[in-house]
Amino acid sequence: MQTLEPYLAEHPFLKGMESRHIELLMGCASNVRFDEGDYVFHEGDEANQFYFIRHGRLALEVFRPHKGGIVVQTLGEGSVLGWSWLVAPHLRHFDCRAMELTRAIALDGTCLRRKCEEDHELGYEIMKRFVHLMEDELLALRIQLLDIYGVQP
Amino acid sequence: MVYNPKTANRSGTSALDAMCPSMYRIQRIRKETEDTFTIDLTAVGGTNGPAFKPGQFNMLYIYGVGEVPISISGDPTQPNPLIHTVRAVGAVTKALRRLGVGDTVGIRGPFGAGWPTDKALGKDVVLITGGIGLAPLRPALYQILANRDKYGKVVLLYGTRTPQDILFRQELEQWRARFDLDVEVTVDRADENWRGNVGVVTTLIPRTSFDSSSCIAMICGPEVMMRYTVLALQKRGIPVENIFVSMERNMKCAIGLCGHCQFGPKFICKDGPVFSFDVVRDLFNKREV
Repeated sequence: MQTLEPYLAEHPFLKGMESRHIELLMGCASNVRFDEGDYVFHEGDEANQFYFIRHGRLALEVFRPHKGGIVVQTLGEGSVLGWSWLVAPHLRHFDCRAMELTRAIALDGTCLRRKCEEDHELGYEIMKRFVHLMEDELLALRIQLLDIYGVQP
Repeated sequence: MVYNPKTANRSGTSALDAMCPSMYRIQRIRKETEDTFTIDLTAVGGTNGPAFKPGQFNMLYIYGVGEVPISISGDPTQPNPLIHTVRAVGAVTKALRRLGVGDTVGIRGPFGAGWPTDKALGKDVVLITGGIGLAPLRPALYQILANRDKYGKVVLLYGTRTPQDILFRQELEQWRARFDLDVEVTVDRADENWRGNVGVVTTLIPRTSFDSSSCIAMICGPEVMMRYTVLALQKRGIPVENIFVSMERNMKCAIGLCGHCQFGPKFICKDGPVFSFDVVRDLFNKREV
């Protein structure tokens, strides 16, 4: 039987993680798919999952009344989506919409938080990886804010 | 006329020759975006325009206004007409935009060191560009595509401000349709009708597959964008000597005499504008230069 384990074990985000920790993650993992136009979550929803995107593209959006959504970031194959599951009060800050058929592995945040509380080594490994992801995204966001392609005074 | 200061005396091409513009006539003008346009130029008198290497630039002289360095954006295998893509942001480029078909401009060049398309032979090539930086890189892509079987995987990553600011849109779509070229475009912001990527160009690098150990990376865009792109490439394990950047400074004479474009011990106009990153890395973050 084909399992999700090989995919998770080889994902760059989990590189170097011990197999016993991968096994613990496996217990919280499930396959999910979103058709084009489906919403993965909405702003204000409880954040109890994060995702490894296997295929497709997702857009993080902010909704503007009477003007529609504005896309602040897109994520594609290989990306990891979502860290609000890790930070109380575990609420989504954006809408997330599938721009095309997207397949992903969802990790149950409630399940994983409980395992992290029970096994602090696992918690530390997870936290290190998410801090790294946050740093990458914060850096990208700061460059985005610079408006470097605009006319400089 | 290609001025090379190292061989000037032997070849008979003098600095005086290099400072004298030739007359070119505007054959065609295409609007690319709100502030960017492409002009096709032919030599007055019907002589062939000069051969050029991808990444080289010309000095364009608008009579009575001034001169400005503009990279050649056309196909080096078809140098006639001579093609430049210009963003109208200063006095000279705005004056250039006001000209019409049939008007004349002065041209000096081509000048400078170009993209290392020879060094990239047999290797994967990653072209990373932002904004108007796609124009100076386009000749390198033309050259690579004209000799496609001599290169490994070829990737173009292009970032720009909004979907309305995308340069060479039709050509990008043609490139995307090719099986032997990976093209990813990203914009800094977009509404929900945009179906492509949103985020800075550096975010595309981890998602792209290429041989990090031997590939050649060519980067052209605002210096801030290039700084962070180099960091992202180094994170992917690309050796610094395989990363090439196109620098921009206030180029005036274009032959390394006036010193306006001095960059530490180098002159951007003569030694560049394209440099291997290991040559300029110590200067890259120095605010004084």
